[in-house]
Amino acid sequence: MEKVMAFTGDEIAAEAMRQINPDVLAAYPITPQTETVQKFSEFVAEGRVSTDMIRVESEHSAMSACVGAAAAGARAMTATSANGLALMWEIIYIAASYRLPIVMPVVNRALSGPINIHCDHSDSMGARDSGWIQLYSENCQEVYDNLIQALPIGEDRNVLLPVMVCFDGFIISHGTEGVAVLEDKVARNFIGEFKNIHSLLDIDNPVTYGPLDLFDYYFEHKRQQVEAMEKAPEVVKKVGKQFGELTGRFYGLLEDYHLQDADLVVIAAGSTAGTVKATVDELREEGVRAGLLKIRTFRPFPQKEIIQKLSKAKAVAVMDRSASFGAIGGPIFLEVRSALFEEQKKPLVISYIYGLGGRDTGINQIKQVYHDLAKAAQSGKVSQLVNYLGVRE
Amino acid sequence: MKLKGWKDIPWGGLILEAGNAQKYETGGWRTFRPIWHEDKCKQCLFCWIYCPDGSVIVEDKKVKGFYYEHCKGCGICAQECPFEAITMEEESKFRKDQGGRP
Ligand code: SF4
Ligand code: SF4
Repeated sequence: MEKVMAFTGDEIAAEAMRQINPDVLAAYPITPQTETVQKFSEFVAEGRVSTDMIRVESEHSAMSACVGAAAAGARAMTATSANGLALMWEIIYIAASYRLPIVMPVVNRALSGPINIHCDHSDSMGARDSGWIQLYSENCQEVYDNLIQALPIGEDRNVLLPVMVCFDGFIISHGTEGVAVLEDKVARNFIGEFKNIHSLLDIDNPVTYGPLDLFDYYFEHKRQQVEAMEKAPEVVKKVGKQFGELTGRFYGLLEDYHLQDADLVVIAAGSTAGTVKATVDELREEGVRAGLLKIRTFRPFPQKEIIQKLSKAKAVAVMDRSASFGAIGGPIFLEVRSALFEEQKKPLVISYIYGLGGRDTGINQIKQVYHDLAKAAQSGKVSQLVNYLGVRE
Repeated sequence: MKLKGWKDIPWGGLILEAGNAQKYETGGWRTFRPIWHEDKCKQCLFCWIYCPDGSVIVEDKKVKGFYYEHCKGCGICAQECPFEAITMEEESKFRKDQGGRP
């Protein structure tokens, strides 16, 4: 039923978007997202999608156009990276608070400055409080799978939240891999139809979007958004299971790799999870009980599952591909550590900031992390809480 | 109006009831009050067309005064009236006897 073909991450994102065939796509080019929209614009030119493609003058306008289109009842998409996401900032909050399930590939790239075009997660991590669901992808296959699942997740009546499908700039976006792709019919059937029940164009049921919302009701609307995020994990799991039944590739909030009996656990999101898997394989051959816990869903944060998955670990390293300046450690680290606070028996947790601005992170570095973990597990002490992996002193 | 909890309101701040701005009184925002002088009025209805809040009362195609529950006191009607039939007066004058309240 599926066909395996070679795609870069950007190309497979465009291919998924071709199958999704959104009503509206409004986008502005930015490296390393460019090829996604470029490829998609070819589909538009060839008449292979019926999408209304809006060439806007900035990402602020791209997201604004998506908000307008989605409020009018359209399925709206865009794609961006780094500074482009930063320029949309104002409107991404608005998309989430109007409960418009816009789906957006975010090709992770370091935020300026100094200017850099390579991968880190400073862009999407900065948007972690914006009210968007965030799915992180390990490879090209997951870019495709996450995009196809993003629509039924975001558009679920109990959720109604926009979704970012994050994948690492260049490492995934420009790396070619074999990807199993569903037949168009099957993919479209899985995605289903979108019907905004409060469409601006429904003149029989008029609706106002974006009225002034002051101290009397704003708080209640934020509380609703919290609730939608709390409902999301069940929907992510349900859709991931249905997708698995269709393709054999099952998805949840997290993925674990040799975690069952692991004493030493690395937590990572994005392409580095793949490097960690390769490291785990080597260490397992040496008899080290190493494991990986991969974050697929960072928003909503899978607190319950993380506690459960780490119940047997002795020492845990949390890898963050972004710095949270002024905080004690990276954003994923902070939440993992906080999740474990109430537990009687908890592992030692260490923060590793790595790969900023596209700095390569290889197996030897990750072996060093496991080595640190082994030392910590043995001594029962963390000697250095926050570490910068691969930076020159 | 009794305020509702988060479970009982439409999501996203959407307003599903057309025209319900009528229920939200904004007259309390006013610092100047438009006063209509019937003797000078020629019934041209400029004030009615220009008022951004629909606060000019018109009955049988004739201006009758203002809905003070909604008039925000912007003064556009007085500015646009070609016959100086509307003057803006300080709101406080009208509120003293009500302890300053609308
Ligand atoms: S003052 Fe402004 S709001 Fe009030 S009636 Fe005149 S135009 Fe309308
Ligand atoms: S604009 Fe002046 S003259 Fe014309 S209807 Fe209004 S109050 Fe009367």
